[in-house]
Amino acid sequence: MSVVKAAHLVRNLYGEVKQRPTRDGYGDGLVDAAKKDKRIVALCADLTDSTRNAKFAKEFPDRFIEAGIAEQALVTIGAGLATYGKIPYVSSYAAFCPGRCWEQIRTTASLNNVPLKVMGMHAGISVGPDGATHQALEDIATMRSIPNMIVVAPADYHEAYKAVVESAKIDSPIYIRFGRDKVPIITTEKSPFRIGRAEVYRTGKDVTVVACGPLVYEALMAAKEIEGEIDVEVISNHTIKPLDQKTLLKSVKKTGAVVTAEEHQVNGGLGGAISELLAKNNPAPVEMVAVMDRFGESGPPDVLMEAFGMKKKDVIAAIRKVVKRK
Amino acid sequence: MNALVFRHHVNGKKNDFANWVEGCFDDKNLAKKLRKARSQKAMMDVLRKELHTKQMVKIDDANHLDEIANFIRQDLIKMLLAAGSGHSAGTLGMADVFTALYFNVLNHRPRQPNWEGRDRLFLSNGHITPVRYAAMARAGYFPLSELKTLRQFGTRLQGHPEREKLPGVENTSGPLGSGLAQAAGVAYGARMDGKRFNVYCICGDGEMDEGNHWEAVLWAGKNALPNLTLIIDRNNIQIDGFTEDVMPLEPLREKYEAFRWHVIDVDGHSIQSIIDACNEALSVREQPVAIIAHTIPGKGVDFIENKFEWHGKPPNKEEAKKALHQLRTLAGKIQGEHE
Repeated sequence: MSVVKAAHLVRNLYGEVKQRPTRDGYGDGLVDAAKKDKRIVALCADLTDSTRNAKFAKEFPDRFIEAGIAEQALVTIGAGLATYGKIPYVSSYAAFCPGRCWEQIRTTASLNNVPLKVMGMHAGISVGPDGATHQALEDIATMRSIPNMIVVAPADYHEAYKAVVESAKIDSPIYIRFGRDKVPIITTEKSPFRIGRAEVYRTGKDVTVVACGPLVYEALMAAKEIEGEIDVEVISNHTIKPLDQKTLLKSVKKTGAVVTAEEHQVNGGLGGAISELLAKNNPAPVEMVAVMDRFGESGPPDVLMEAFGMKKKDVIAAIRKVVKRK
Repeated sequence: MNALVFRHHVNGKKNDFANWVEGCFDDKNLAKKLRKARSQKAMMDVLRKELHTKQMVKIDDANHLDEIANFIRQDLIKMLLAAGSGHSAGTLGMADVFTALYFNVLNHRPRQPNWEGRDRLFLSNGHITPVRYAAMARAGYFPLSELKTLRQFGTRLQGHPEREKLPGVENTSGPLGSGLAQAAGVAYGARMDGKRFNVYCICGDGEMDEGNHWEAVLWAGKNALPNLTLIIDRNNIQIDGFTEDVMPLEPLREKYEAFRWHVIDVDGHSIQSIIDACNEALSVREQPVAIIAHTIPGKGVDFIENKFEWHGKPPNKEEAKKALHQLRTLAGKIQGEHE
C-alpha cells in the first residue's frame, strides 16, 4: 500500500512535480552516450531541433548526418552504417519513422540483425495541434511484431535518458518512443532502470496496473486516489518487448486482475502484449486504457488526453471495472 | 598423401612443394615458410594459414574470365532446375558482371569473408542472388556442391540473400530499392574513418521505380561519396514487361548526372569493359559513380534471351538440357561432349 522504496521515485510524487518532455531525455542521453562511444552517429530527416538532435549536432558535427525528408533513406542509410560498424541513431516523428519505413526496418535492421536504433518522437495524441497525421498511435504494434526488435516506451525524462544510454550498449536493433509534450518527472537519476525489466513503482494486492509512457504517472495518481478503497499495484512497463514475464506474472498471481494503460491504439500495443502473456500463463481479467481504435485530432495536449480517456479518472474507472470481473 | 610419399618429396636434400610454389607461383615468401616446415602437419598448417588470409588473385586473362562466366551460367541452370523456382533471365544476364567483380575488381579474401579491409559488394536486387552464390562458390567461399541447396529447407543459400545466413553476403535484400542506401551508408562511414576499401552496389533497372532508391541517389550525390560505385543492370525488363512500358526510366544517364553522379555506360557482357569502367570509377574522386551495364537478360541461352516472361521462372528439365548444351558448345561453335 505504499510507494516502493527501491524504486526511488521523486519525493514529492503526489504534489507538484517537475515536468519535461521525454524527447529531452533522448537529446541528453544521446550526447552522453556518444561521449563514451565513438561509434555512435545520429541521423535525422530535416527535424533536427524538434527531435532534440541539435545538441548532438553541435557537439559532434562530424557524426551528425542529415538524410533530408526521406524516412526510407534515413533508415536504410542508418542500417548501412550499422553493418559497417557504427551505432546509428535514426530519428524522426514516429508517424513517419517507423510509420513510413516499416519494411526497411524489418529487412535492413532486424533481418540484417544490425544495431540500428530507431527513435520515434512525437508519439501519442499528446502531440496536440498537429492533428491525427502526426500522432503516432500504432508504432508499438508495428514494431513489436518484428523479430529481433526491442521496443521501449519510457515514462519520463529520466527513463528516456537511461533507455537511450543503455540502448547504445545493446548489440541489437531497438525502437524507443518519445513524446512531444511535457510530462511529470516521476523517477530520479538514481532510480533503477534496465531495458527488459519492469519496475514495480507501487505495491498493492487487489489490482495490477501495467502502464508505459505518460500513463505511468496517471496510474500512480489513480492508485493514490483510491488507496483506501482498492489496493493497487503499479508497474512501469517501459519495455514492451521483450516483456519482463517474471515480474508481471508474479504481480498478477497476487492481484488476479490487470489494467493496462498506454497512449497507443488499444489493438496490438502494451495491452495486447500483456493479454498475450496472461492468456498463455494466467488468464486474469484485463481492462485496457488506450485509444479506442480511432484517430486523434487537433487540440491542446491536455484536452486531447482528457477527450481520449488517458487520464487518472479513466484509469480509476478501469480499475473499478476489472475488480468486479475478478 | 602417406608419410612415405611425403618423405620422398620433402627430405634433407629437397623440398618439392616449396620449389613448386616458388617456380610456379613466384611466391618466395610462401616457399620460404614451407621450407621451414619439416613435418607434413606443419606444412599443412602453413598452407591453411596462407589460404585463410590470401587475397583473391586478380585474373586478367580475358579468355579465362569468359570461361569462368560460362561455368557460372551452367551452375545457374543446374541450380534453378534443382530449386524448381527462381529467376533465370536476370541471373544469366549478370554472369559477366559478377565474374568481373569477384575475379578481378574486388579486393577480397574468400576464406576470410569478414576481412575488415575487403571491398563491400551490396546486392540491391536480391532476386538475382543465385549468380552471386555461383560466383562466390567459384571464387572459393564455399564448395560448389552447396550450390544445389539453393532455396531448400535449411540452406544457407536462401531464395533471397541473408546476411546472417551466409558469410560474405553484405546485406539482406529482396524488397527492392534499399540496397544503394545501405551501400552509401557504409561508404559514408568508411570515409569518416579514413578507410581505404571501396563499396559497390548492384541494382536492377526495374527497381529504380522505388522512391527509396532515388532518395539514396540524392543523398550520395550530395555527399559526393568517392568510394561508392553503383552498377546498374540495365536489361530493360521487369515482371510486367519492358521497363520503358511499365515505368519509363530514360533518359537514365541524364537522370544520374542531374543528381550529381559520374556516369559510365558499358557493354555488360564485355568483362574487360566492365573491369575498365570499375577502374575508371576509382579515379573519379569527387562524385559517386554509376556504371550503366547494358545487359541482355538471359544472355547465353537463346530461348531465354530478352524474354521478360523468363524474369521469374526456372527452366524445366528439357529446357535445362538445351540450355546447358548451348553453354557447353558455346552456342554450337564447339562440339558437345556427347556428340
